Amino acid sequence: MILGREVDFMGVRKIAAVISAALVVVSILALVFNSLQFGLDFTAGTSVRLNYSDTVILDEVNEALTNNGYEDAVVVSFGSDREIRVVLPVDESIEVVDQAAQAAVVGETIASLLSANSASEVTLLGSDYVSAKVGEELAEQGGMGMLVALGIIMVYIAVRFQFKFSVGAVVALAHDVIITLGIFSIFGIEFNLNTLAAMLAIIGYSLNDTIVVSDRIRENFRRMRKGSPVEMVNVSLNQTLSRTIITSFTTLLVLFSVLLIGGETTQGFAIALIIGVVIGTYSSIYIASNVILYMNVTREDLMIPVKEGADPEGTV
Amino acid sequence: MLNRYPAWKNILIVVVVVLGFLYSIPNIYPDDEAIQISTDSLSLNESDMATVTTALEAAQVEFFGEEVSEESILVRFNSVDDQLIAKTAIEEALTNDYIVALNLAPTTPAWLQAIGAGKMNLGLDLQGGVHFLMEVDMDAALGRRMEDNLSNVRSILREERLRTRGTNVVDNSHLEIRFGNEDDRSEARSALLENFPDLQFQNRDAGNVSVLDMRTPPDVILQIQRDTLQANRTTIMSRVDALGVAEPTVQQQGADRIVVELPGVQDPAQAIRFLQRIATLEFHLEATPGASPASYVTYVNPDGLLVDVDNEVILQGDRISNVRSSLDQNGLPQVQINLDAQGGNQINRVTRENVGRMMDILLSETRSRTILTTDENGEEVEDVEFFEEKRLISHATIRTALPRTFVITGLSSREANDLSELIRSGSLAAPMTIVEQSVIGPTMGRENLEAGINGILVASVLVLIFMLFYYRVFGLAANTALVMNILLIFAVMSTLIPATLTLPGIVGIVLTVGMAVDANVLIFTRIREELTNGMPPQQAIDAGYNRAFTTILDANLTTFLVALVLFTIGTGPVKGFAVTLMIGIITSMFTAIVGTRALVNLIYGGRNVQQLSIGKYKLPNKSGIEAT
Repeated sequence: MILGREVDFMGVRKIAAVISAALVVVSILALVFNSLQFGLDFTAGTSVRLNYSDTVILDEVNEALTNNGYEDAVVVSFGSDREIRVVLPVDESIEVVDQAAQAAVVGETIASLLSANSASEVTLLGSDYVSAKVGEELAEQGGMGMLVALGIIMVYIAVRFQFKFSVGAVVALAHDVIITLGIFSIFGIEFNLNTLAAMLAIIGYSLNDTIVVSDRIRENFRRMRKGSPVEMVNVSLNQTLSRTIITSFTTLLVLFSVLLIGGETTQGFAIALIIGVVIGTYSSIYIASNVILYMNVTREDLMIPVKEGADPEGTV
Repeated sequence: MLNRYPAWKNILIVVVVVLGFLYSIPNIYPDDEAIQISTDSLSLNESDMATVTTALEAAQVEFFGEEVSEESILVRFNSVDDQLIAKTAIEEALTNDYIVALNLAPTTPAWLQAIGAGKMNLGLDLQGGVHFLMEVDMDAALGRRMEDNLSNVRSILREERLRTRGTNVVDNSHLEIRFGNEDDRSEARSALLENFPDLQFQNRDAGNVSVLDMRTPPDVILQIQRDTLQANRTTIMSRVDALGVAEPTVQQQGADRIVVELPGVQDPAQAIRFLQRIATLEFHLEATPGASPASYVTYVNPDGLLVDVDNEVILQGDRISNVRSSLDQNGLPQVQINLDAQGGNQINRVTRENVGRMMDILLSETRSRTILTTDENGEEVEDVEFFEEKRLISHATIRTALPRTFVITGLSSREANDLSELIRSGSLAAPMTIVEQSVIGPTMGRENLEAGINGILVASVLVLIFMLFYYRVFGLAANTALVMNILLIFAVMSTLIPATLTLPGIVGIVLTVGMAVDANVLIFTRIREELTNGMPPQQAIDAGYNRAFTTILDANLTTFLVALVLFTIGTGPVKGFAVTLMIGIITSMFTAIVGTRALVNLIYGGRNVQQLSIGKYKLPNKSGIEAT
């Protein structure tokens, strides 16, 4: 993956900025108006699992439920083409212990309703009450975790690099998380605890990428005596390009094998991470460096204050 | 520039690799299905083993690897079916004093066990079972405490013959005592002060009433909450233990929650019932002669007599506030029972109206047994079922109306001890509610595990092939490091950190596999770069490792910080993921930097090298290779 010529990444930095801004705006709009399709972890409800003797057509199930007054029911296929899970909101005023019994009643009702509306035989596999309280709390913890993590990262980068790099890295992280969530919202991919963990992993991955690029930018700023900031960023991006491509490639290799082999339960995780890795790779090239340039990074910003001297092996 | 590692560094690497290998191998030994027999009070011996052997031979079940110790007996079986048949057979052969539990016995060789090597714990999502999240009602705990304080205050004031104009609990952390004048108040204050060192006292005047406020300070409230949570956890743990579920998890979560995970249990409704109450007393009257047979159940009393016990419960065990076994004035064992106010009134009223009749006390215990059921695929699966077992423990004439505190006599001293312990383990420090529950089937868990392992294998093989083709000899070094890395992660998770492997954890490992090569990619591209710039191979290796090091350190340290925050703040899947990520970062830093360098030094170090096998790289001029 050695490229014959330099790629002028920063030549299109304005266009990239516009595209990113547009994607972020679209994602935020999607999140506001379309919300996320929250999994059972985040919605209080009764989860009813049903088995069909033939392949289930989800639209028919939805129609049968809507026609019978269960407009809020969410139907998802579960495990195979013959198993579905119907999630219904529950009356939260009922005591939790009774809700377990209530769930059993709801399960029976739904099973007989769907049985009457389907050509195939419907068997009730089980029904459970699922509380949302935990999910909400976890989302809160996750949100808090992200904020605290972002704060610590900013401080660390400000100390190791410079404050402008902190801003660059955090803007890149926010960019990645918002767009990934936006894609979840637009394509109606279920958001559950596994995908929440994936979001956190995306932060880690994107940060990794951004730091590698920033590291090279810092090095070049310290070493190269000539050249504008834009040129230096461009050189740095080109120098790290082959590493960026190879690492993204191997990570995607892993994630795709998880997506294809890892089974139903890890699919959401894999999809979230694949989206995150693609966006994270893009953002480490265009977002973090772009922000640094917009903030007018200078050579003086990165000069080592203590007299450690220039790199003794300055062969470049 | 000879690129040689000092001997100590090579030795360190060899030691780490050997340890990593040793401590991760137990994971490849499959567990044996086993049954563990234990008992609370007796010590086990060979005659118990003989009983078990006879029962198993009668049931024609093959077994092996029996281990007998004073605390427990362990018997191994070839299959789950055998294990289940054996459990029923053993339960029938032994009395109720024994706990017969299904278990998995490690087959790890003894020498590995001797050095402390063991298997990773598998999470519920990989094994199947029931998961509960229970919330402790802290308000109730504090309120109960305040009510206790209030009654203590009253009795102290009574003893000191101090008159008040009333006492009452204002809220969970505040009670007030009203006095007619300041003198009474200051006298009372000095009397109470020494008895309630934890509480804050404050004087307040409201019109012509002198008020003394007693408050629980915030740090004491925190302490009470911690103690309550701990006490409830202990209670739940003893309940779970008493039921003989194999390898249960009872964990505190946050300030007021307890996570209970019961592998192998498939019916949450029954599990809830047992988690809420394991042993309790029920007070009944004896059925009147000639009563309809439907209105009573016949029990055998401790003396072997048949007793008809009326179905109506005159007092439930949850009204018991304390229970203690002691000796009466004649040195005979007795169990003293204290009831709460409502229970006291109840028993008083009923016994007053029924003087001369017999009162019966039943001990109701929840137990578990394993049954075979057929799942949706027509396969037989094991399922743990809970059932209630009632025993008549006291049958005595009501001589007088009973007060709030009374004693049960006519028990042996062991019975008295057992009874009070059983009832105590049945009462919680504060009420709990179940806020989340979920069931994971055993087949689903096994599928998750297999799918996850396959994911790791395929991903690893793909990455290995890619690295080998792209970086040649250096790729081989990176691959060796990657395999070493996975071994180390497994070793750390099996031994050093008692982490439980969950599905997000597996994905965390998979992700580490993908990202672990990043460090090597950074180093190798850097070496190629230096070669392209015309640096001689040995120097290029050294420069590549040195230059890439700061980058790798910065990148990994920031990611580690994120993982650390997630670990501290997060729970459940977030935490599971953070643990594997942190372990993965540390081990991959070691293997990818130190490990590959050692291998590269071994291959290229200490000799004159013209060319490196690190894939294609451009030279500054065509004759560059020969030029060195």
